[in-house]
Amino acid sequence: MLNEDLKFKFTEILPAVLFEEGGEWLNVLVPPEELTPFVKQLRSAEGLGFDYLFCLTCIDWKTHFTMVYHFSSTQYRHNIVVKAKIDRNNPEIETVSDIWRTAEMLEREVYDLFGVIFLHHPDLRRLIMPDDWEGWPLRKDFEDPVNMIKL
Amino acid sequence: MIEEIGRTTEGDLIINIGPQHPATHGVLHLVITLNGETIKKVEPHLGYIHRSIEKMCESLSYRQFIYVTSRMDYLSSHINNHGCALCVEKGLQIEVPLRAQFIRVLMDELTRIASHELWWGAMAMDLGAFTPFFHAFRERETITDIMEKTCGARLTMNYIVPGGVMAELHPDFQKDVKRFIQLYKSKFEEYNELVTGNVIFQNRMKSVGVLSKKDAISYGCTGPVGRASGVFCDIRKLYPYDIYNKIEFEEITETEGDSFARYLVRLKEMQQSIRIIEQLLDNIPEGDFQAKTKAVLKLPKGEFYQRVETARGELGVYIVSEGGTTPYRIKFRSPGFSNLSALEHMVKGLKIGDLVAAMGSLDLVIPDIDR
Amino acid sequence: MFSLENITRFIHEWLNGHFNPTFALFMEFGLVGVAAITLFAFLGLSLVWMERKVAAVMQIRIGPNRVGPKGIFQTTADTLKLLMKEGLVPDGADKFLFNLAPFIVMIVAMLILAPIAFAKNIQIWDINIGVLYLSAVSSLSVIGILMAGWASNNKYSLLGAMRSGAQIVSYELSAGLSVLSIVVMTGSLSIKDIILSQQNGWWIFKAHIPALISFIIFIIAVTAETNRAPFDMAEAESELTAGFHTEYSGMRFALFFLAEYINIFIVCAIGATLFFGGWMPLHIGNWQAFNHIMNYIPSSIWFFGKTIGLIFLIMWFRWTFPRLRIDQLLNLEWKYLLPISMFNLLLMTVVAIMGWHF
Repeated sequence: MLNEDLKFKFTEILPAVLFEEGGEWLNVLVPPEELTPFVKQLRSAEGLGFDYLFCLTCIDWKTHFTMVYHFSSTQYRHNIVVKAKIDRNNPEIETVSDIWRTAEMLEREVYDLFGVIFLHHPDLRRLIMPDDWEGWPLRKDFEDPVNMIKL
Repeated sequence: MIEEIGRTTEGDLIINIGPQHPATHGVLHLVITLNGETIKKVEPHLGYIHRSIEKMCESLSYRQFIYVTSRMDYLSSHINNHGCALCVEKGLQIEVPLRAQFIRVLMDELTRIASHELWWGAMAMDLGAFTPFFHAFRERETITDIMEKTCGARLTMNYIVPGGVMAELHPDFQKDVKRFIQLYKSKFEEYNELVTGNVIFQNRMKSVGVLSKKDAISYGCTGPVGRASGVFCDIRKLYPYDIYNKIEFEEITETEGDSFARYLVRLKEMQQSIRIIEQLLDNIPEGDFQAKTKAVLKLPKGEFYQRVETARGELGVYIVSEGGTTPYRIKFRSPGFSNLSALEHMVKGLKIGDLVAAMGSLDLVIPDIDR
Repeated sequence: MFSLENITRFIHEWLNGHFNPTFALFMEFGLVGVAAITLFAFLGLSLVWMERKVAAVMQIRIGPNRVGPKGIFQTTADTLKLLMKEGLVPDGADKFLFNLAPFIVMIVAMLILAPIAFAKNIQIWDINIGVLYLSAVSSLSVIGILMAGWASNNKYSLLGAMRSGAQIVSYELSAGLSVLSIVVMTGSLSIKDIILSQQNGWWIFKAHIPALISFIIFIIAVTAETNRAPFDMAEAESELTAGFHTEYSGMRFALFFLAEYINIFIVCAIGATLFFGGWMPLHIGNWQAFNHIMNYIPSSIWFFGKTIGLIFLIMWFRWTFPRLRIDQLLNLEWKYLLPISMFNLLLMTVVAIMGWHF
């Protein structure tokens, strides 16, 4: 489906979405509270069929976090990027691992590196860092005088 | 880990496989809950080779970070470099000369064959046959010798740069590759006789670790793992980069989704790679091997995503740039990460011997997962 | 012509001439014991060397070639190294059983050496139930393996030992039935009689089809009994690190290691005795001239030649096939090999009764 049709459909599903310009694919900005119903519709609505979540990550803009989800459809072969801005001091967002199973480990990684709490995640633990590690390594204000070498 | 022990039922055995273990390809720590010989739960513990590549790249320039990525999935290092170089070129809108594109694709396909060879040897060794390992490495040696003459290194070849390739091909390149292809075609029947047709191998791999098509898509499995379950996910066909849209080759898929299907997909992919190399080898155009670029690269503000097909699956390079000389955030979407998340689903209810076969057929390289 | 019989007869007469008979008997015991242990050690060393060379040839490499001409002292060097290593006993291990296990396996291997005939009239003990004795005593090695797995206080070892125990006990049935089919033809359990009955030809040629089937089942079963690939699930390197002997180091490990190769030698010797005539040269029926020529080759060379041929076959298996999963292994035995060997025993009995053999 073309970007115009997708924009139309998305606005139908959730009027509060914003679209960012620039970028290779359609960038959709969704308020974090409305994320779950929106992505459920992405999966199941006809003509959309986004069944393949291929990248889940988080970007630390120093005032807030942005969760970035890249979706693709194996049937229609269109790709979109869904973003959600969350609060830096209390980063919480609903999990999508019940819809796409790949999100289980991807969200654990984001929790481990950024400290974002995924509500209703089946098993939210540290993945890569040791179990008793303090701090969230990939945040911009992460200081570690022992391990980090600043050039 | 302590909570796990509380949740198990009476009579369960919890064993660790790894991190140092002959069968896990790299440092993977699996905590397995067994009931007798049947697996109830598999939990991978990662992070033993986490080198914080993503954080490191935030302080490296756009020319420097490519070299770090060779160390991620070291068996397909050219392809990793290729992905990063393509992403940077996308941001800077650099036009890569045709000769460089040919060389890049040739190197990619040679790397793919080398990676699959090592996988084949290691998988046979996991299942207990020690001889195919030596045969596989004999072929791989020929490829790494070619790489050494051109790129200077045998494993982490930092050869592909933004704009093209770093140096010209060595003069004997075409002769060497032709010799390799001839040698290889005769070996292929040997492989099929020795391993594929052997009843014991087939019984160890058939119906082991079945992944249905829906599950493969849901778990994000790409590459040979996804294709063996029937998902058409070859990035070289769907979103072609460089000259892949001008080459004829087939995308190999199977439908059963068990270990044997993954095995067959990789074997046939090796043959398709040979086909690609044959098409390209005699037709490399003259020209520059590198486009003229500035010494210091600065990507404009924005986000760029590039996907390439490594030997393991879809590698995604996601660069978020704020206009400076270093990236603001880089994320590498690694294929092994998603493939590993499907492991527990695949082996629940099977035996330990099946776990080894399934893990071997997934072709995991742990540095790719841990980054 | 050269024969070991002359040496033993000479020693026997010399001893009896110089000492009283009881003392001479005890001296002979001692000499035989020393000879057996020497043979053991020598066999262990050469078989390990042979395995490494055979593996190397199949894997397109050379194998040990530095220590001594063609690397023949490699195993001696390895054994010396193992002797000098620290023999660790793990913390929670059952000390008595842990130390006892390798000795049981070794002692069983030595006991089985007794009824085997190495050359004409060179046999330590010609018991009239030779074959039955062999079957019975070889079952005792399971105890050693289970002891090793349990006493190591290690989950891997326990898993390996359990698998191994199940495997050995199952495959003994098939091996026993194959052996029994030859006994049916011979009519006697004694090793000497079995060999002498092959005076006019080896059983594998005389009792054609049933003996061939028996032989194939026998080879498969003894490969499984000695925990060799493709049945080496119990010590599967890539899965359980080393199975039941994970925790053993130093001299105890050397004992397990050597005992495995001695076991291979012994089962191949039994196979050579039953199917290929032991020390009996290749005789064909009534061709007197041919048989006379064959008799010139000393019987000990016949015996060792056949045994080493079978050992090579078993080593060939190891480097060619992958390993079977434990349930596939047990499936193979109970659903396929056992019914086939029972049917084969019947077939052999019919052939024996009707006289359809040569």
